Amino acid sequence: MTYLDHAATTPVLPEVLAAMTEQLGRVGNASSLHASGRAARRAAEQSRERFAEALGARPSEVLFTGGGTESDNLAVKGLFWARRESDPRRRRIVVSPAEHHAVLDSVEWLARHDGAEITWLPVEPSGRVLPHALAEALGDGSDVALVSVMWANNEIGTISDVPALADVAHEVGVPLHTDAVQAVGQVPVDFETSGADALTMTGHKLGGPMGAGALLLRRDAECTPLLHGGGQERDVRSGTLDVAAIVGLAVATVAAVGSRADRAARLAGLRDRLVDGIVAQIPDAQLNGAPLGDRVNGGPGRLPGNAHLSFPGAEGDALLMLLDARGIECSTGSACSAGVARPSHVLLATGAEADRARSSLRFSLGHTSTDADVDAVLDVIAPVVERARMAGMGRR
Amino acid sequence: MRVLAAMSGGVDSAVAAALAVDAGHDVTGVHLALSQNRQTLRSGSRGCCSVEDSHDARRVADELGIPFYVWDLADRFTEDVVDDFVAEYAAGRTPNPCLRCNEKIKFSAVLDRAMALGFDAVVTGHHARLEDGELRRSVDAAKDQSYVLGVLTPEQLAAAMFPLGSMTKDRVREIAAERGFAVAAKPDSHDICFIPDGDTRGFLARRLGSLPGPVVDAGTGQQVGEHDGTYGFTVGQRKGLGVSVGDQRPRYVLGIEPVTRTVTVGTADLAGVPAVRTGVPTWTGAVPELPFAAQVQVRAHAAPVDCRVHAGDGGGLLVEFAEEQRGVAPGQSAVLYEADPVRGDRVLGQAAVAMAVERSGAVGQ
Ligand SMILES: Cc1ncc(COP(=O)(O)O)c(C=O)c1O
Repeated sequence: MTYLDHAATTPVLPEVLAAMTEQLGRVGNASSLHASGRAARRAAEQSRERFAEALGARPSEVLFTGGGTESDNLAVKGLFWARRESDPRRRRIVVSPAEHHAVLDSVEWLARHDGAEITWLPVEPSGRVLPHALAEALGDGSDVALVSVMWANNEIGTISDVPALADVAHEVGVPLHTDAVQAVGQVPVDFETSGADALTMTGHKLGGPMGAGALLLRRDAECTPLLHGGGQERDVRSGTLDVAAIVGLAVATVAAVGSRADRAARLAGLRDRLVDGIVAQIPDAQLNGAPLGDRVNGGPGRLPGNAHLSFPGAEGDALLMLLDARGIECSTGSACSAGVARPSHVLLATGAEADRARSSLRFSLGHTSTDADVDAVLDVIAPVVERARMAGMGRR
Repeated sequence: MRVLAAMSGGVDSAVAAALAVDAGHDVTGVHLALSQNRQTLRSGSRGCCSVEDSHDARRVADELGIPFYVWDLADRFTEDVVDDFVAEYAAGRTPNPCLRCNEKIKFSAVLDRAMALGFDAVVTGHHARLEDGELRRSVDAAKDQSYVLGVLTPEQLAAAMFPLGSMTKDRVREIAAERGFAVAAKPDSHDICFIPDGDTRGFLARRLGSLPGPVVDAGTGQQVGEHDGTYGFTVGQRKGLGVSVGDQRPRYVLGIEPVTRTVTVGTADLAGVPAVRTGVPTWTGAVPELPFAAQVQVRAHAAPVDCRVHAGDGGGLLVEFAEEQRGVAPGQSAVLYEADPVRGDRVLGQAAVAMAVERSGAVGQ
């Protein structure tokens, strides 16, 4: 099996498995006052400290959540509600149309049900949001509740300059949320220096468990809770702490961030060979997103493990199926819950034609990827694309 | 063989896919997303088009350990089946959308795509027998679906597999239950999948609007009522005509004239027709030599009747019934069978009914 869908989820690290298994064998609610509770709390709080340190945050800025989707919902809705409550003029949300659905659908829900007004940011053909475009969209900022721009795009891997965007937002007194689910462990992410007021991350994209993530939230950020109850996480997020998941999340994050530089260099090398090899065999294949060597703010402009290509004349879902039948697992980028392929909203946001968006495929490499995985794709890609093109011709 | 299993989410296609796996084929499941506004949950018993149905299909595929994909054919289905359905009614005819879907979607768009992707065959949960390229009625007469497959060509049949034709529906449910499929007891789908509330007249009214016209009695030539659209009527229909005539004898729809929007009704003695003219036929096997004797079925659930099939005009057929038939509606397919009580009646082919032949009209050459 050739697994090239690490952006969907990546294998759990062995040390995470060991730490979580050990913790799962222990009793104790971190809110209890007795010895078992104290032990659980100690494990959770140690994890919080290590986790915070790995991400350049303070422990009190860490809100553990049920994953990236919850963190995005909490940041978007919580910041919107709190900011509007303190000033009813703040109804505008300034957001990129290439965001993950966890952000997009939250914003659209607020617009439909709660009086929010959406300002869509223009994105470059690469998928990047530029600071001057944000400045223009913000105006004097007095009517803006928040800005949300993702650190790295999950489909095409494009990285935006979050520190520069945060500066622009702060100039007019507006908080910025960034979805860094794909960035953490792949590119340097430091909450403090990023300037972001809220940052989403999740465990299962970096070797941790599914259903565990965090929202990093500055101490001075006002955020209305989504989940009310015991007030466990700074009164912003309630629910009995999932100590084993928190331990696993912290172990994974510390490991992924610690080994990031070496892994990023190795994955970028494999990824470049994959893209070059595909384009050599299929000259009209088009790389989507930023160019391979692109740079932004002194770092890579594209996720090191991301290869996102369009194959004109072939349908993404046909390519996916043919590769799956040959033991290669990748993704078309976006599928709705029913599995119906739709042209990617990310590519459409970058100005790509619907046909190009429909003919795309994402290979995403991760910590277990090898040269053999790249070879496996290069061995079959030409006949697979040819076959998919034949199947596509019958389309009206 | 590499086989593509079309999985609606119902019990039939689930068992058909399972039998294909049992037979040693390399099976891939596909659910066809046909509706443009898919509902999240199924409403009523018309299952196949909701997201819940696609999840039911995926659940079975995962249990069988086969790959599963959703193919979005909503645009083609809308064009080739739904719009055609509306246009046929607008033209005063009575279409059969299931037959049209088999012709244009399942054994055309899907089959073509499957072939291009390297599959050798498409397996479905239709109740019909297919052996040595010969299409026959299911052993379960009540569930037989050979009528809606009558439109298939030898090439299409060569790439089709119907593993359920030799068993009853009860046996299909038993197999599903033995395998622990959650869909074992799922209700059968009825009616038309894209009209989930079953209100065909309401659906057509929304699409076509109000197109009022007269209802005329054939016996007297008098107007006996009014209607909101000829699309609310089918030749042979008896109920819901909304006419008042002096005598108490039931009236049947005899004809629909879309240009003047006239619906003609008449008494039972006027409702029978001796023969019909059809469009150009399709054949499931070798083209038979005309004329010949056969059985014909003029609606999905009509009883087959003896007939003689002659050459008609413009490449069409003239089908002469052994006894006068009622309710032969233009637009419906006349599916021709060769009776065979042992192996099951064999489908020879079909042609769309164009018009009834008047009693006085000369039949035969
Ligand atoms: C950019 C981005 N945001 C949010 C999410 C959702 O995270 P989770 O799966 O933890 O809910 C994902 C992953 O699917 C993602 O790629």
